[in-house]
Amino acid sequence: MYLYPLWVRLWHLINALMFLILIVTGLSLQYSSVEYTIIPFNYAVSIHNITGIILAVGYVLYLFANRFTSNGQYYQFPIKGMAGRVWKQARYYAYGIFKNEDAPFPVAIGRKFNPLQKISYVFVMYFFMPIIIITGIGLFFPDLLPDKIFGMLGLHLIDLLHIFMGFILSVFMVVHIYFCTIGSTPLSNFKSMINGWH
Amino acid sequence: MKQLIIFNLIFTISILTFGQDYITEVVEHSEENSKCFYCHGSPTYSYYNDVLERKVTKRMNPYFLVDSNLYYDQNHKSFDCIDCHAYEFREFPHDNTLQMEPMPTCLDCHEGDEAMAHYNFESINDEFHESVHSTKHSDEFTCWMCHNPHSYKINARNNKNVKETIIYDNNICLSCHADINKYQLISPKVNPNVIDMHDWLPNQLEHFAHVRCIECHTHTSDNVMVAHHIQTKDKAVKKCVECHSSSSTLMASLYKFQAQENRRKYGFFNAAILSDTYLIGANRNLYLNILSGVIFGTILLIILIHALLRILLK
Ligand code: HEC
Ligand code: HEC
Ligand code: HEC
Ligand code: HEC
Ligand code: HEC
Ligand code: HEC
Ligand code: HEM
Repeated sequence: MYLYPLWVRLWHLINALMFLILIVTGLSLQYSSVEYTIIPFNYAVSIHNITGIILAVGYVLYLFANRFTSNGQYYQFPIKGMAGRVWKQARYYAYGIFKNEDAPFPVAIGRKFNPLQKISYVFVMYFFMPIIIITGIGLFFPDLLPDKIFGMLGLHLIDLLHIFMGFILSVFMVVHIYFCTIGSTPLSNFKSMINGWH
Repeated sequence: MKQLIIFNLIFTISILTFGQDYITEVVEHSEENSKCFYCHGSPTYSYYNDVLERKVTKRMNPYFLVDSNLYYDQNHKSFDCIDCHAYEFREFPHDNTLQMEPMPTCLDCHEGDEAMAHYNFESINDEFHESVHSTKHSDEFTCWMCHNPHSYKINARNNKNVKETIIYDNNICLSCHADINKYQLISPKVNPNVIDMHDWLPNQLEHFAHVRCIECHTHTSDNVMVAHHIQTKDKAVKKCVECHSSSSTLMASLYKFQAQENRRKYGFFNAAILSDTYLIGANRNLYLNILSGVIFGTILLIILIHALLRILLK
């Protein structure tokens, strides 16, 4: 079945590439040092800015596309019973999978994501991504930030938030890539994300 | 014990009388000085013209204006104008040859000054003489060029507000580097535009509001609070990490005073900086670093075990 339309694959490819570059440059900014440099600071700043802008633009396009195509429906779920379904899926990953049980929510035309994927993608795409992008824009124009927020230095608070989101999203990415190896074969999901067919 | 009490008494009394002296001195001089301020304190002044036999009003040369508010709020506020200027200035019109009066230098008064040893004027003087300004223009460029004789007030040493100090100190440099009229007192060249020559620096305005020119342009030393050894432009700091790192050089210059006690607070490196701004690279947090490392490591470990089990139990 054809699950990943071209725009999703293109967006995802660009998003993932930008994300990797942002992680490397972001880490080298945060842990910049005189003795050992991953990437020279000024280059890291420029690269981080440019890739960040591309990621943000991509994100906005993704939002629009998800709003106006049928792909958005995969991100909707009834709150009722969600906890139970997520638990079922989590139990499967933690236990059932080793007993060769069948996946409780196999991929189907109307069901691209299992409940765990769904909830994590929704959180990542509609909660963490907006925060990291908005704080990123704030850090791009530091003179526009308020001096103090809740009695704390504005710049410091925004930066901590940005870094915190970066950390969460990096953790997500590692876990995300690992879960993508759980398919009919370890590589099948990656192939789907390239040719669109599952 | 008794001697000590007596000594103490004499000591406090002498301080009190000294203090008294000091206060009346200011008042006394303010009367003397007001005669000078009558003309040098306002854009216009009047005097009785003996030739025309009437009172005339004239404009004061704006460069010869002295702001009395700033004057009485500076290091040398207790001074009579004629402590530095020739006594003959009390007469008007001033004698033309007075224009050529040699002015005292800082060292004339401050050299070997025990009470001000902590400023270390001698080392400052040495540093200044090694600076580009002095080596290129030794005679014209004096300490007064940066230290306005009528308004200079110490900031870096005792102003708690670091932002004010930054503005104050940068304005000293900008008084020439952003004003061709003063610049050309020293050099006939056209001064390079400050904004253009720092094009390479991102967020320039933010930088200039949070960092002083001398942070990048001087060679710091331990025995002087404000480095005076301004180096040629090829030696200026261009590597971002010199400030943006846990070993930030800012702690040896701008935050020299706070540096000892404030190296680390709540786990933030170079915490002193955080009271004014946040400096990426220099203000990372030890505890958060460790915590994030531990979390990340744990997750990788879980993934590894999960993957192994998947392979083994297949
Ligand atoms: C009646 C007005 C008047 C009074 C009072 C006056 N000045 Fe002046 N002063 C001038 C004027 C006008 C000039 C500029 C023309 C000149 O140099 O004579 C000047 C110039 C100066 C200069 C600059 C000389 C130069 O060309 O470099 C100094 C220094 C100075 N005055 C000091 C003083 C001091 C100190 C006093 C007080 C003891 C004082 N003046 C009182 C009017 C006055
Ligand atoms: C601590 C010493 C000192 C005191 C006190 C002092 N001056 Fe000056 N003044 C100077 C020096 C030094 C210069 C020359 C500045 C320069 O060369 O840039 C100067 C220059 C001037 C000038 C000419 C401005 C110029 O840029 O050439 C005037 C006018 C003047 N002083 C007036 C006064 C008046 C009025 C007072 C008292 C209210 C006063 N000064 C007190 C040291 C002093
Ligand atoms: C005519 C002599 C004289 C000259 C010239 C002079 N000073 Fe002073 N300075 C003094 C005296 C006296 C005091 C103490 C004033 C007081 O305590 O009221 C002083 C005080 C100071 C202080 C200490 C202020 C404080 O509150 O601790 C500084 C800093 C200073 N001068 C710097 C300079 C610099 C820089 C120059 C040259 C640009 C200079 N002085 C030129 C006599 C002079
Ligand atoms: C190129 C400009 C420049 C020149 C020239 C210059 N200074 Fe300074 N100086 C500064 C600045 C900027 C500060 C910091 C002012 C502040 O915040 O207190 C300063 C501060 C000082 C201080 C106070 C330092 C402290 O420990 O608080 C002294 C004393 C001083 N200068 C003496 C001198 C003497 C003496 C000379 C001449 C030999 C001189 N300066 C020449 C720019 C200059
Ligand atoms: C972040 C460090 C930094 C700060 C802050 C900084 N500069 Fe510079 N500045 C440099 C560097 C690096 C150069 C050399 C640039 C080059 O060669 O391309 C330079 C060049 C210059 C030059 C030489 C220009 C020429 O072409 O002759 C002057 C003058 C100068 N700066 C003045 C200032 C003044 C005034 C300030 C404060 C308002 C200031 N700088 C703040 C790093 C800095
Ligand atoms: C009285 C005016 C004046 C003041 C104040 C002044 N400068 Fe300068 N500065 C000059 C002039 C003039 C030159 C050019 C010297 C030359 O090349 O002949 C210069 C040159 C420089 C250079 C370039 C050296 C090079 O390699 O070409 C630097 C950097 C510099 N100044 C930094 C500063 C800083 C930092 C301050 C403040 C602490 C300051 N200046 C204050 C007049 C001034
Ligand atoms: C190199 C890094 C990455 C790889 C290899 C990768 C791999 C994959 C694969 C194989 C899929 C298809 C399986 C599925 O639908 O679950 C997928 C889907 C998805 N990934 Fe990634 N991913 C990476 C990074 C990211 C990042 C950084 C994000 C978000 C910040 C992200 C968000 C998503 C989303 C939202 C989907 C579902 C897309 C849709 O079909 O609507 N991925 N990814």
